[in-house]
Amino acid sequence: MSVGIRLDGVSYRYAGAAATSLRNVGLELEPGRVVGVVGANESGKSTLCLVVAGLAPAVIGGRLEGSVRIDGIETAAMRPHDLAQRCGLLSQNAATQLSGTTATVFEEVGFGPCNLGLPVADVVQRVWAALGAVGIESLAPRDPARLSGGQGQLVAIASILALRPRYLVLDEPTSELDPAGTKLVAEALARIARDTGAGILLVEHKTDVLAQIADEVVVLERGAVAFSGPAAAVLADPRLVELGVESPAAVRLERAVRTSGLEWSAALAKALS
Amino acid sequence: MASASPITAADAGLPDYVTRQPSGFYRSANPGTKLAVAALEVVAAFVLPGWVGPLLVLAVVLATAAMARRMRGLAAIALATSPIVGSILVINLFLLPGASDPIARLGPLAPTWSGLSFGLQTVARLLAFSLAIGLVYLTTAVDDLLADLARRGLGRRVIFVVGAAVQMVPATIERAGEIVDAQRSRGMDTEGRIWRRARGVLPLAAPVVFGALTEVEERTMALEARAFTAPGRQTLLRVPADRPKHRVVRWAAIIALIAMVVLRATGRLV
Repeated sequence: MSVGIRLDGVSYRYAGAAATSLRNVGLELEPGRVVGVVGANESGKSTLCLVVAGLAPAVIGGRLEGSVRIDGIETAAMRPHDLAQRCGLLSQNAATQLSGTTATVFEEVGFGPCNLGLPVADVVQRVWAALGAVGIESLAPRDPARLSGGQGQLVAIASILALRPRYLVLDEPTSELDPAGTKLVAEALARIARDTGAGILLVEHKTDVLAQIADEVVVLERGAVAFSGPAAAVLADPRLVELGVESPAAVRLERAVRTSGLEWSAALAKALS
Repeated sequence: MASASPITAADAGLPDYVTRQPSGFYRSANPGTKLAVAALEVVAAFVLPGWVGPLLVLAVVLATAAMARRMRGLAAIALATSPIVGSILVINLFLLPGASDPIARLGPLAPTWSGLSFGLQTVARLLAFSLAIGLVYLTTAVDDLLADLARRGLGRRVIFVVGAAVQMVPATIERAGEIVDAQRSRGMDTEGRIWRRARGVLPLAAPVVFGALTEVEERTMALEARAFTAPGRQTLLRVPADRPKHRVVRWAAIIALIAMVVLRATGRLV
């Protein structure tokens, strides 16, 4: 059985939509790897997340062509709760990711495992492991409705992790966060990729976050893959700007230094990083 | 009724803040018992004839609220009913069909004694209904109620709908406040005369309603991503206490409720 998420020739059109949102997309995600996805608005990033996680078309309808396989199994052949245990999906709005029916973060993170009907001791063990993976054990007694944006997003990530998926699909998890919240989430994702061996597909406008944690980056343009490759190379590619994506700060700084006729050295780059 | 083994922090490793139980008069009562009592009170307010039903229920609800120290919350609920209370009184006072005992003549209008009496009785029933339900809300944590309903075998979809609906009220109020602020910052006048306030309703209502509808789709997907549709029974981390005295009160309330409905249906309670 092949391991990883594999998309081959995937095209997707929303129900009732005239245009195709994804066109002939190919992509691979292996366990333990972080693949970043960037692109301008309406380039198909969020749609790609729904397709990879198997929610499109299973939950929201629409028409899918091509093959989406998770560990060799077509997502179309899996039920949503089976998919949830293989591939966790998190969107940008933390408020809508939480169940809204629990009184503590502990119970919120346990919501998914409880849905699976696991024994209480297993739920407890999973909750602590998920909170620990994200580094938020201290939030366990808190009311989920009274958290900051960054904390809420971390709880949402922990809630997905508690289902122990092999892959995580994160759709702009830092878009509503300030720099401190972004740092919290980025550090947590790096820790998850390193410690749990989960494969992470990370849609992110903040290319600085991708520069920190992504192994590869895929650039989308109008629903198709414009180019892709190792993160460092793609994020330094001048075509990014033409496609409406801002390069990481380090890349922009290097360009500014070089444009002004100064010499860019490895020592300078290290000092600035 | 589905069975559930009691869970303790010791045998499952659950933290105390998860296994917590509410304390205080009525607040510590089983949520199912409080629901049954509220249902009995609502039925009694409408089924018992004349003033007896509503006044008896109001007396019980107010005494319970006082002992549970929830009078302030109950007053707020009573205040919230004031627009409908006012309209019921006015309509019955002046327009009760067949009333022919005028209190006074005010031009073409003639308020009547029987209209006043019927209006007050209807208001008493409405208040008894609102306050009985309100007392459950004020003395029961939403997650306690949901846990108890789940323990009794109610489906997780129904439970989620109940929980989400209750939680949606403060969330919607908060969202409406944010939208009002945003509209004000763009120059909309939402203060002052009634017509000005009314003019501000549409720009407020549309974003609130459409925003809520958009959220529904996001929430649906988030729930699917958390195995909400998995088959089988959901694990319960916490089971609200259900002491023998709570069970006795609950069954007494249910039996009384059924008896009242049967007596009314057979014409023996008029």
